[in-house]
Amino acid sequence: MSIVEEIGAPRQGAAARLAVEGEMTIYRAAELWPALLETVHAAAAPALDLANVAEFDSAGLQLLLAARREAARLGKTLAVTAASPAVAEVFALLGMTIEGDFA
Amino acid sequence: MNLDQVLHTFIAESRELLEQMEDALLAVGQDGAEAVNAIFRAAHTIKGSAGMFGLDAVVEFTHVAESVLDKVRDGAIAVDDELVSLLLACCDHIGALVNAVEAGTLGADPALAAAGSPLVTALQARLDGGAVASVAAPAPAAAPDGAVRQWDIALRFGADVLRNGMDPLSFIRYLAQLGSIEHVALQDDRLPAADGFDPESCYLGFAIGFASDASQAAIEAVFDFVRDDCEIRIAPRAAVQTVVQTVVPTPAQPVAPAAEAAPAKARPGAEARPQQEKRSVRVDADKLDRLIDLVGELIIAGASASVIARRTQIADLLECTSTLSGLVEEVRDSALQLRMVKIGATFNRFQRVVHDVARELGKDIRLEVNGEDAELDKTVVEKIGDPLTHLVRNAMDHGIEPADVRAARGKPAQGTVSLNAYHDSGSIVIEVSDDGGGLKRDRILAKAIERGLVEPGRQMSDKEIFNLIFEPGFSTAEQVTNLSGRGVGMDVVKRNITALRGSVEMSSREGAGTTVTVRLPLTLAIINGFQVGIGKSVFVIPMEMVEECIEFREQPGADWVDLRGKPLPFVRLRERFGIKGPEARRRSIVVVRYGSQHAGLVVDSLLGEFQTVIKPLGKVFAGARFLSGSSILGNGDVALILDMAALLNDVESDSQAMAA
Repeated sequence: MSIVEEIGAPRQGAAARLAVEGEMTIYRAAELWPALLETVHAAAAPALDLANVAEFDSAGLQLLLAARREAARLGKTLAVTAASPAVAEVFALLGMTIEGDFA
Repeated sequence: MNLDQVLHTFIAESRELLEQMEDALLAVGQDGAEAVNAIFRAAHTIKGSAGMFGLDAVVEFTHVAESVLDKVRDGAIAVDDELVSLLLACCDHIGALVNAVEAGTLGADPALAAAGSPLVTALQARLDGGAVASVAAPAPAAAPDGAVRQWDIALRFGADVLRNGMDPLSFIRYLAQLGSIEHVALQDDRLPAADGFDPESCYLGFAIGFASDASQAAIEAVFDFVRDDCEIRIAPRAAVQTVVQTVVPTPAQPVAPAAEAAPAKARPGAEARPQQEKRSVRVDADKLDRLIDLVGELIIAGASASVIARRTQIADLLECTSTLSGLVEEVRDSALQLRMVKIGATFNRFQRVVHDVARELGKDIRLEVNGEDAELDKTVVEKIGDPLTHLVRNAMDHGIEPADVRAARGKPAQGTVSLNAYHDSGSIVIEVSDDGGGLKRDRILAKAIERGLVEPGRQMSDKEIFNLIFEPGFSTAEQVTNLSGRGVGMDVVKRNITALRGSVEMSSREGAGTTVTVRLPLTLAIINGFQVGIGKSVFVIPMEMVEECIEFREQPGADWVDLRGKPLPFVRLRERFGIKGPEARRRSIVVVRYGSQHAGLVVDSLLGEFQTVIKPLGKVFAGARFLSGSSILGNGDVALILDMAALLNDVESDSQAMAA
């Protein structure tokens, strides 16, 4: 369970990709939120890599939604570059798609 | 509300559901499809709720059972005795799993998992075998209300849902098992801006289009665990087009307008669904016990206030204390009433016992239950289960004859064991009867003589002889089966019942059947007591047993008086308890009745009726006969509560010995 930050190529400016590993649930929501917020604030094109998210619940979903809203407020777009099966299952349950909602 | 509480609710509800499942299983012979549906629903709900708590062991096991039940519902698997027994065993196993959840040992107990696996195998065999049978089995009519209906479900979760350990998504997943989710619209309009966002609060809402053949109640049940934390609207689509926008309640849907107008906070679901309002509250039993303890202390304190008030002779104070004691009495009654439960639930558990034991014995026996509404204290109910089970098993094993003997005696092939309960003078009476062979008086007597329990040649009444069965070391079974003869004899039954300040009696007619009558006090905590004085000692007689008080006239040598033409045996309490000191000049007899017996108690003075909080006697008094407890009087003195059953028993055997 760790947050891995990868700084993108310098020519893209402050593009940053945050990779979340392990749980993205109520148990870690308070811990993850500042990291998400920072990514959204710092990067011109904030992106999240959720490929290694083992568990994903309503709290995790809310984090995504809140981050997306914050990005939109700043005129940015939050992208999800990859989603683990756990994330994909929740999206499917709610009739959402990564491509449609977090492109 | 926290996770622990929710989990407790789950445990309590699962137990209730298991009970319902058991009842339905036992009724499947009569109720058919209706019972099967009930069983399926119970299993289904347990599985769903367990899933919400991530109790995988429960879910996995229940899932297999549910699959079998589903096939049964479809008619693909026929219900037979064996299946019922298998499913009953599954009920027990789920119960064991739920117990493990409560103890926090679920998943850590390999024995439990091992116990489940043969059941799973047996269930699986049914599933596989059922597939073949399904070809032959006619397709039954669909469920009565089988039509698939469209529902609109609007959910708004309260802020604390996540913190309470619940995941809104799991409710949607569970909902998907009841039918098909056609669309879900995630509503994040309450999601605040980043600086106001609390990652642990819930801001989500969902609008769900749902198609299912389940009833509204079944759909509502999905949200049982969040009802208090969540706004829920469930409406058939025909009635309301878009539920999400139902800001003004339509006449067809009686929602409280306040629920909509209020800001999106966690609202009690009951407010939104008045028609489903529950009229009962679950209370921890310990809290009730504490309340009753406190009421006990209140009574003692009130009594001492009254004593002091009487001493001061201040009229105002006397009036106050008298009002107060009236109120205290009411408080006592309603506090005790809180702990009263109907005996029906206990009785119904015996359907299962009778079913299992009848199978084991290879006898056809049914259970008849009467007086389920009679109420008694929860603490008594909890303790009466074991003795009753033994009596019922005994009646089935030794009472009911084998089918051929019954046929020869011209009785119906099916034996009947009946449980009956009723109230009688401050006690509850529970009768366990059978229509079996009855007790053989002579054999019991012969055996008692052989065992040295009675001297040969002694004259005894039928009742006395029958009651010998309760003597330690007495067993009349010609053959020891694996049901009885396991060391738990009738003497243990009697001891358990006596420990509850109760009594047990046997009556029987040879060839026609046997009835065991258990008499128990309604409550173990507080009684109305009649206080009597002997010398400086105060004794308490339970008020319900006091019939009248008469003047005592000494007739030398006689230990009975003439009460309106009938002899009334009496006991001199002074002698019985070896109290020294001169006898009072005017003495009285308190006439008491216990069950069918009447007797008099000779006392020095009559002190009147008082509420009495029963305190158990210490170990020092363990050997004291005739005493069932103690109580603290208003002036701080200790009064002893008389054990009527023991006293009157003694009177009876004394007088019989005299007669003999």
